[in-house]
Amino acid sequence: MKILVLVKEVPDTWGDRVLNLETGLADRAASEAVLDEIGERAIEVALSYADEHDDTEVVLLSMAPESAAATIRKGLAMGAGSAVHVVDEALHGADLSLTSEVLAAALRKSGFDLVITGNQSTDGVAGVLPAMIAERLGLPQLTALTEVTIEAERVSGRRVTDVATMQVSAPLPALVSITEALPDARFPNFKGIMAAKKKPWETWSLADLGIDGEHMGVPRSIMTSIAERPPRQAGQKIVDEGDAGQKLADFLRENRLA
Amino acid sequence: MPTFANDTILVLLDTTPDGQLAASSAALVGAASQVGTPVALVVGEGADGAGALGAVQVLHASAGDGLTVPIVDAVAAAVELVQPEAILISNSIDGRDVAGRLAARLGLSVAVDAVDINRDDQGLVAHHSVYGGAYNTQSATTFGPLLATLRQGSIEARAAAVEAEIIPLEVTRSGTRAAMVESIEPVVVSSKRPELRSAARVVSGGRGLGSAENFALVESLADALGAAVGASRAAVDAGYVPHALQVGQTGVSVSPQLYVAVGISGAIQHRAGMQTAKTIVAINKDPDAPIFEVADFGIVGDLFTIVPQLLEALEAKKG
Repeated sequence: MKILVLVKEVPDTWGDRVLNLETGLADRAASEAVLDEIGERAIEVALSYADEHDDTEVVLLSMAPESAAATIRKGLAMGAGSAVHVVDEALHGADLSLTSEVLAAALRKSGFDLVITGNQSTDGVAGVLPAMIAERLGLPQLTALTEVTIEAERVSGRRVTDVATMQVSAPLPALVSITEALPDARFPNFKGIMAAKKKPWETWSLADLGIDGEHMGVPRSIMTSIAERPPRQAGQKIVDEGDAGQKLADFLRENRLA
Repeated sequence: MPTFANDTILVLLDTTPDGQLAASSAALVGAASQVGTPVALVVGEGADGAGALGAVQVLHASAGDGLTVPIVDAVAAAVELVQPEAILISNSIDGRDVAGRLAARLGLSVAVDAVDINRDDQGLVAHHSVYGGAYNTQSATTFGPLLATLRQGSIEARAAAVEAEIIPLEVTRSGTRAAMVESIEPVVVSSKRPELRSAARVVSGGRGLGSAENFALVESLADALGAAVGASRAAVDAGYVPHALQVGQTGVSVSPQLYVAVGISGAIQHRAGMQTAKTIVAINKDPDAPIFEVADFGIVGDLFTIVPQLLEALEAKKG
């Protein structure tokens, strides 16, 4: 079985994140870059299956600037077998349509039985790419899974939406997206980190995928304005002297909040 | 043949397993009515409820088998029939899947998680609140209809009820492979508490509560204020409450009138999910807790004495 896992480099959510107010794009230098946690969980799902099934190939796929290579390599250190990195200047600021087109083309070129992604990245938080890629590849999509069972010919799981909990399944090839309910990812060990340096790594450009990133004959999403929200000002802070509960009740009432 | 206004905004309404329109429906139609003529699409049961929300015309398609694909087929047919200026879909899990597939199928761009829609001299514009509310951005599509998913709980506009024209929609099935739904159960929601995402008031607890049992204090306060219950990631990771209650960057983003943080230190992770609240109250024993940097009213002290006293004071005034 060949499992492709989509991974992404994102700014660490435990630090301040900055958008460039000229371009509207993420200021990658302003924050520490990490492998998105939900993508690590997706790798974990693939590796757990590979642990039990020797003939499993786990391949990472990421569309990201060249600088993201070191971050993606962490997934190899965790245990993935190889990585495909799509890098192209023309993808700087790509919208979701172009991104899904590129990832779908890379998946097609690489070949797969199963695609695993996170449900939403922690930076863009769009959550539409899994369905977009599935549509482009004619695959069934099983999104927002809180439990996943991979078998030789099919994948199934529990899907929790805003209004329902359901059991879903599809024969392979298929695409699944997982939520944070899936287990934490394993930590890379020293052996894994050393091995990661020698694992196969392919870098593909848009030309390799036969895509014109500047083609404007299809609708593109454009950011038309950006503004930084003024930071909140701290208000009054009191130290409890035995009557803070009462004072808070008064505050809430004065502000018509209780 | 029915005719449709030039400024038709096609709105896909989510439905629940028991055949009702989802709670997000009123805001979707309300948002559409701000910029054009709302025409609703309902796949499956629930179509007769859309007029009361302000949909002038309601397209009704039968539900097909399989996950997401039958709905996408229906929306594609509706777009073909109606030629809308915009397509609005709830930013729910189901809605995002439909929007993603639809964008790919029709070759449209997609504006995700919009918090508002308006019209400027160039056309329709989607407003977004990104990086946990740290930035406000606007987006548009270079041409073609605007396809957008709307964040639940973000739109206050509501349209007046109308007598809707119900139009059966013929759908040509695409034959695209879909996942099978083997069983489905409605999510059991607490009947007395408001839903976290759209609640006007939220009371959240953190690691400071110390245990799942102590979390009852947060629930009592929420009930006294008519608020929804939330939690920090630390409280969820410690197993006090299920993940569905997590407020933060990796969880639910809320923007209520009142947010009360009880025993929450206020890591950036958490603040990114609540800092757009109108009024923030924080109770924490650590005077240096970062939550105080965003709190309108902060109390340094022991939550186990302050919260019971607050409950008593709220109860006293009520009686």
